Amino acid sequence: MSIFNYFLNKRQPASASVAKERLQILVAHERSRRSQPDYMEKMQLEILEVIRKYVEVDQEQVNIRLDNSDDCSILELNVTLPD
Amino acid sequence: MAKIIVVTSGKGGVGKTTSSASIGTGLASRGFKTVIIDFDVGLRNLDLIMGCERRVVYDFVNVINTEASLNQALIRDKRIPTLSILPASQTRDKEALTREGVQNVLDQLSKTFDYIVCDSPAGIERGAQMALYFADIAIVVTNPEVSSVRDSDRILGILQSKSRRAEKGEIIEEHLLLTRYNPQRVAIGEMLSVEDVKDILAIPLLGVIPESEAVLKASNQGTPVIHDQESTSGMAYDDAVRRLLGEDIPHRFVDITRKNFFKRLIGA
Repeated sequence: MSIFNYFLNKRQPASASVAKERLQILVAHERSRRSQPDYMEKMQLEILEVIRKYVEVDQEQVNIRLDNSDDCSILELNVTLPD
Repeated sequence: MAKIIVVTSGKGGVGKTTSSASIGTGLASRGFKTVIIDFDVGLRNLDLIMGCERRVVYDFVNVINTEASLNQALIRDKRIPTLSILPASQTRDKEALTREGVQNVLDQLSKTFDYIVCDSPAGIERGAQMALYFADIAIVVTNPEVSSVRDSDRILGILQSKSRRAEKGEIIEEHLLLTRYNPQRVAIGEMLSVEDVKDILAIPLLGVIPESEAVLKASNQGTPVIHDQESTSGMAYDDAVRRLLGEDIPHRFVDITRKNFFKRLIGA
């Protein structure tokens, strides 16, 4: 590292911290998908189709989650309907 | 009963074969009967890294298909008597590795060896899945680089769901081996640090192998780099093997060796 690079580096954020931030977001997202059963994605699409028969909603407006507690699983479906 | 170690990564070119060769050598040189198996069917390379490419007669797939006995296929290392290599086949048939076939070979090896090191191919296809399925211990080789870290996390997910231990509800021992590490670039914020990668992957650190010219030199010569105890990477692999065997020793080569002021100034 020369003296010139030293001053140049001060101006922009270090690329390693950008890398870490991007990875943290990506890995968290991929892990949450991994913990779901394989059918969740397909089920989400099918539920979305049923809803779309009646109301026009985007895929982003449907949030589906499966929570496993001690002796039961809760399927949580959150649909934001347009006004 | 042998302990089965998989050396895996998801991403290619991060140093799986280099690490398998050195870790296998390190275990064997401590007196443990060790065999390293190349699972990269179609792209055999462990033989080259171990320097025994001209002694390959039969391979892993020949043994699975009972075209050769294990003793015919195993290659004894010329340097360390307790070390053997089971080379991969050069067949293009990716279906050649069957779970029953692999299990059969591992069961046979288990009777005579203390450690079985499975050198996984890149990717998450059959070869990689077979290499990790039977493992008791996983060594996840990662470079301090975004795509490698992401793929390592993916492989950890597969270890935790698709391995035999996971299916039986048992814990698979996971270790992070960070390779091609450059403390100088970390110091100026150009490379993910050990701590960054540990934070993201959240598994215990087995070792940090610094980027070193010795690795290429060793592969050129067909001598696992752990034999080069003058080199930082050779020493770091030896430390990693000691940690794998339960020793608690500090990590070396993680911080920068300070260049003198003048060299830093002119960028030498």
